[in-house]
Amino acid sequence: MAPLSKGDAVSLSVTPDQYVTVRYAGASGDFNPIHIDEQFARDVGLPGRILHGLWSMAQVARAAEAAAGDDPTALLSLSVQFRGMGLIGEEITVAGAVTDVADGVATVKLEAVQGSAKIIKGAVAELRAG
Amino acid sequence: MPVPTDQIGKRYAPVLYAVGREKVREYAEAVGETNPLYLDVAAARVAGYADVVAPPMFAVVYAGRAFLPALFDLELEIDFAHLVHGAQRFEWYELVVAGDEITTVLEFKDTSERAGLRFDVFESASVNQHGVTVSVGTWTNIIRGKE
Repeated sequence: MAPLSKGDAVSLSVTPDQYVTVRYAGASGDFNPIHIDEQFARDVGLPGRILHGLWSMAQVARAAEAAAGDDPTALLSLSVQFRGMGLIGEEITVAGAVTDVADGVATVKLEAVQGSAKIIKGAVAELRAG
Repeated sequence: MPVPTDQIGKRYAPVLYAVGREKVREYAEAVGETNPLYLDVAAARVAGYADVVAPPMFAVVYAGRAFLPALFDLELEIDFAHLVHGAQRFEWYELVVAGDEITTVLEFKDTSERAGLRFDVFESASVNQHGVTVSVGTWTNIIRGKE
């Protein structure tokens, strides 16, 4: 795996398809109807079914792991704050940069943006720097 | 909004989760993973792992199950209709592979009120069948007051 250096950019783009929340509900066990039932979601005042926050966090984790050469042991920690709702069918861009490398650990700050909304902000990943 | 500060420090009974190869693959596909270590047992074995590797965020699956007793604990008075997931942190240690048996203990770490919002913090500590820590999760839920 290539060593990480301060200033290295991290990015990932993904467009959640129509059924991603259904697959994620089954895979994760989170069957909250706001994610899988269009009518229920609208009835509680949402624009429609919304993404699971932890699915979006998994995209941030994927972006960080890719920067570490897809080594599954590289990701030491990840913290995120969930903000706006993630919507189906609209591209999400995860972007960030290595802000520090010390004692073999790279700190990466990231956010996930969909349209004009930050759906995840203040994300911080710690990666084994290589 | 009243917050159940008297419940801080409460721990729930350990919950065991057996990590299955197809469950790992199902999860990996659902989040769009393409790394063969998460999907292909042959690739994982060539890389020196006993079976497919669980992606780090698979912690949501094995530790998430430990939440059920807390979410239905009436003493916490959780208002589901106004609950949102505010923040999440994981620290990862020993890698998890299919075949592992993960035991998670959940603790109600903190509850507080700010600006009409209730902030609940849970901590999940997960260990494998050898007693080695695999991950620690910090889960922050926000409960909005009733309008």
